[in-house]
Amino acid sequence: MEHTKNAVLAVRGVSMNFGGLRALSEVDFEVRKGEVVALIGPNGAGKTTFFNCITGIYTPTEGEVVAVLRNGKEKRINGMRTNHVCELGMARTFQNIRLFPSMTALENVMIGRHCRTKEGILGAILRGSKTRREEQQVVDTSYQLLKKVGLEHVANEYAKNLPYGAQRRLEIARALATEPFLLLLDEPAAGMNPQETLELKEMVIQIRKEFDVSVLLIEHDMKMVMSLSDRIYVMEYGRVISTGTPAEVSADPQVIRAYLGEETDA
Amino acid sequence: MAALTIATNLKKSAIAALWLAFLTMPVMVIRVDTVENTIVWRWMHLVYMLGGSFVLALIWHFMMDRRDRGAAVRESADGEAEGRLSRFVNNPRVLKPMLAFGFIVAAAFPWVFSMYQTNILISALIYVVLGLGLNITVGLAGLLDLGYVAFYAVGAYAYALLNHHFHLGFWTVLPMAAILGSFFGILLGFPVLRLRGDYLAIVTLGFGQIVKLVLENWNDFSYGPSGISNISRPGLFGINYSVENATTYIYYIMLGLVILAIVTTARLKDSRVGRAWLALREDEIACQAMGIDNTRAKLMAFSLGATLAATMGAVFAAKTTFINPASFTFMESAMILAIVVLGGMGSVLGVILGAFLLILLPEYMRAFSEYRMLLFGATMIVVMVFRPEGLIKARRKVYKINTETL
Amino acid sequence: MEYFLQLFFSGLSKGSVYALIALGYTMVYGIIELINFAHGEIYMIGAFMGLIVAGVLTSLGWPALSILALALVVAVLYSAAYGYTVEKIAYKPLRGAQRLAPLISAIGMSILLQNYIMLAQTPDFLPFPHLIPDLSFMEPYRSYLGTSDLFIVVTSLVTMVALTLFIKFTRMGKAMRATAQNRKMAMLVGVNVDQVISMTFIIGSGLAAVGGVLIASHIGQINFYIGFIAGIKAFTAAVLGGIGSIPGAMLGGLVLGWTESFATGYVSSDYEDVFAFCLLVLILIFRPAGLLGKQRAQKV
Repeated sequence: MEHTKNAVLAVRGVSMNFGGLRALSEVDFEVRKGEVVALIGPNGAGKTTFFNCITGIYTPTEGEVVAVLRNGKEKRINGMRTNHVCELGMARTFQNIRLFPSMTALENVMIGRHCRTKEGILGAILRGSKTRREEQQVVDTSYQLLKKVGLEHVANEYAKNLPYGAQRRLEIARALATEPFLLLLDEPAAGMNPQETLELKEMVIQIRKEFDVSVLLIEHDMKMVMSLSDRIYVMEYGRVISTGTPAEVSADPQVIRAYLGEETDA
Repeated sequence: MAALTIATNLKKSAIAALWLAFLTMPVMVIRVDTVENTIVWRWMHLVYMLGGSFVLALIWHFMMDRRDRGAAVRESADGEAEGRLSRFVNNPRVLKPMLAFGFIVAAAFPWVFSMYQTNILISALIYVVLGLGLNITVGLAGLLDLGYVAFYAVGAYAYALLNHHFHLGFWTVLPMAAILGSFFGILLGFPVLRLRGDYLAIVTLGFGQIVKLVLENWNDFSYGPSGISNISRPGLFGINYSVENATTYIYYIMLGLVILAIVTTARLKDSRVGRAWLALREDEIACQAMGIDNTRAKLMAFSLGATLAATMGAVFAAKTTFINPASFTFMESAMILAIVVLGGMGSVLGVILGAFLLILLPEYMRAFSEYRMLLFGATMIVVMVFRPEGLIKARRKVYKINTETL
Repeated sequence: MEYFLQLFFSGLSKGSVYALIALGYTMVYGIIELINFAHGEIYMIGAFMGLIVAGVLTSLGWPALSILALALVVAVLYSAAYGYTVEKIAYKPLRGAQRLAPLISAIGMSILLQNYIMLAQTPDFLPFPHLIPDLSFMEPYRSYLGTSDLFIVVTSLVTMVALTLFIKFTRMGKAMRATAQNRKMAMLVGVNVDQVISMTFIIGSGLAAVGGVLIASHIGQINFYIGFIAGIKAFTAAVLGGIGSIPGAMLGGLVLGWTESFATGYVSSDYEDVFAFCLLVLILIFRPAGLLGKQRAQKV
C-alpha cells in the first residue's frame, strides 16, 4: 500500500458498517514517525470507532490498516486481535479509563510489561533465578515509568483509590510499559482543569522525545490540540472532512462550519 | 440517636418476624398426607419461627446499619478497609509463628489422634486443595465455574477405572489423573471463552450436570449409580498397608499435596501469570488491549484448577475405596465455591480457613448435621451481603522498590 | 401416529409449564441482569403450598375443583410473597456490587430454600392429589391428550395472555418495560424502581407457582428437589427464547418441552435431563442472544 516514507501507521479507505449504520466512511489517515497527530470532531463523529478499528476491537468492513514497525516491516493489521496489535507496538488508553482497580498502581504498569516478558506457570511456581531476575526487572522498569508520570509515591496504592487525574496518567504509564512505537490516547485530558491539561501536554511532549514514540490522540480540548499537534484530522459523521497543520485546519471553512468556532476558555 | 436506631430496628425486626412467621407458617406448621388424609399441626414451630426470626432480623438490621456506615468510610479510606481478622492474620509477626505451629500440629496429628479423626482431617485437606484449585479459576481469574466437581469426578473415576480394569496402582495413576484433569480443563475452557460471568456460570453448571448424568447412566463405562468399589489404597513399592497405616499414609500424602498446592497458588498469585489473571478478572477488554492473550489465560486458569481437582479426585477414590456419581453433585461444587467465597476470593490463607470451618465444624457439631446445608446457603448469602471479600481479604503484594540501583 | 400425538401434547403441556417458570427468569434478568437462581425453588414452594391447601381442604371435604382454585390462589400469593422477600434479603443489598456477588447470593438462597423445605416437611417424595377432574368430553382423545394436559395448556395460555396485556397496557407494565431498558433514565423520570423490581419478582413468582401446582397435580408427587431441575430447564428455555424477552420465554418453553418430549420418546429416556443441559450449553455457546433476543453490544 502506498504511504509516506516515514509513516508508522497508514490507513486507506477504511469504512465500518454496523448493520445498517455506516459509522466510518472511506477514511484515509496517516501518522508519521515522531509526530503528534490529533483526531478531532463533534461527538458521534466516529473517532473512538476509528480507534477501535485500528486497534483490533472492530474489523473494518472495508479498507486497509497498515502498521510500519520499528524495523521497517509493514504489517496489515485489519481485525488483528488487540493483544497482537499491542505486541506489535501500538498501545492505547481508553475514553472511560480502564484501569485494574483492585491492583496497585505499580501492578497496573507491570501488566503493560506482560507482552515483553515471558515467564510462564512453571517458572512462576519454581521461581528460579531467571524468573526472579525478570520479576525484578519488571518491577524496576514499571517503577521508573511511574516516576516519569509523577506517580511513584503511590506505587503501592490500589488504582481505584487514586484521584482522577492520577488515574489518567497511570493509564498512560501502563501503555508506555508495552514499549510501543505508537501511542493512542483517547481523550486523555477529559475532565482535567487547565493546569492539569498543561501538565499533560508537557508530559506528552516529554514522552515523545524520551521514548521515541509517535502519538495519536483524540481530544476535545482545542487549546491543547492546537498547541500540541503537528497535524490534525477532523472528522464528522464518519468522514474525514479536513486535514493539515493546526493553522490550516482552523482556517478551513468546512471545519469552522462543522464545529470549530467555540474556543475553550483560556 | 442511638436510642432511635435501636427503637427503629426493634420495630423493623418485629414486622420482619411477623412476616416471616406468616410466610413459613404453612410449611412449618402443617404436615399433610393426602393419601391417609391426615394433617399434623405443629404449632410450636410457629412460636420458634416468631422468636427466631425476631432475633435474626434484629441482628440483620444492626449489621446492615454497620455496613451502610462502613460503606461511607470505605469510599474515603486511604487504603482498604480490612477486617480485624484479616489484618491480624496477614501480619508477618503473627503469620510466621502461626504457620510453624500449624506445621508441627499437622505433622504430629496421626500419632496423637485416632484414625477416625485423621480421616476427617484428610477430608478437610482434600477440600483445602479443591478450594485452592477453584481459587485460581474463580478467585484469581474471575471465571465462575459451577461445574468444578466434574474435574474432581474425572480424577476419581480415572483412578477407579484404571485400577479396576488394569490394576494400576495409585502412584502410577496420580500423574495421569492430573494430566487428564488439565486436558479436561482446556476442553471445558474452549467453548466458554466468549461467555460473560453469569452465562459462564450456567454453562459450567450444565457441564457438571452432564458429567454426573453420564456417569449415572452409562453403565457399561462407569457402572452407573452402584459405582466402583474395592479400589486399592496407595501402596509403597509393593507394600500394602493395613487400613490404619494406609490412613496415616494417605494423610501424609495429602499433607505433601496441600503444601504443594499452597506454594503453587501463593507463588502464582504474585507472578506474571497471576497478575494477568487478575487483570482478566478486572477488565477483559483492557487486559487484552494491554497485550495479554485472554484465551490463553482463561484456558490456563481452567486447566490448572482442573488439574488440582482431578488430583484430589484420585486421592479421594483411594481414600474411600468406593466411588459413585452421588459424590459428584452440584452441591459439591457449591460447597467448594462456598469455601472460596467465605474464606476470601484470591486469598490462600482464607481458603484454608474456609475449608476448615466448613468441613470440620459440621463434623464436630453432629447434633446440627441436618442443618448443615441450610447453614451453607445462609452463610453464602450473609457473606456476600456483609463481607464479600471473605474472612481474610486477598492482599496485593507490596513491592520493595530498590531505590539504590535506580 | 398416536404415539406422535402423545409426545406432542405431553411436550406441549410440559412446555407450557416451562414457559411459565421461564417468564420469571427472563423478567428478572431483563430488569436487573441477574439470574435468579432461587426461582426454581419458588416454583417448588408454590407446589408445596398447593399441596398443603389441598390436604387441609380435602380433609374438610371440599370438591376437587374448588380445592384446585383455592390451591392455585394460595400458592400464587405465597410464592409472590416469597419472591418479594427473597429479593429484599438476598438481592437488593447487592445492587451495584461486583458481578459475582449477587449470583453467589442467589445460589445460597436456592440452597437455603431447598433445605428449609426439606427440613420443615420431609426429604421424601410427597403424593400430590390429582385435582384436575376428568372431563367426559375428553374421552375420545384420552389416549394421547388427557384433561390434565389440556387444562395445563389452557391455564398457562390464559395466564400468559394476561401477563402480556398487563405489560402492554397498564402503568406498572410500562414502568417495568422502561426500567428494563434503562434503569437510570426510568428513575429520573420518576419511576419507583424499587417497586418495579419488587413487582417483577412478585409476578414472576406467581407465574411459577401456577406452573408448580398444575404440574404437581398432573404428575402426582412433589419433593424439595424439583425446583433445581425445573429451574435449570426453565432457564434454558428463557435463554433459548432470548433472555429478557417475554414472548421469547414462552417460545423457548414450548421448544424445550417438545424437544424433551420427542427426544425421550424417540431417542432415549434415560438421558432425559441431559437433553435440556446440552441444549443450554449449545445455545449459550453458539447463539447466546437466543431465538428472539437482541445482541447487546458493549461500549468500549
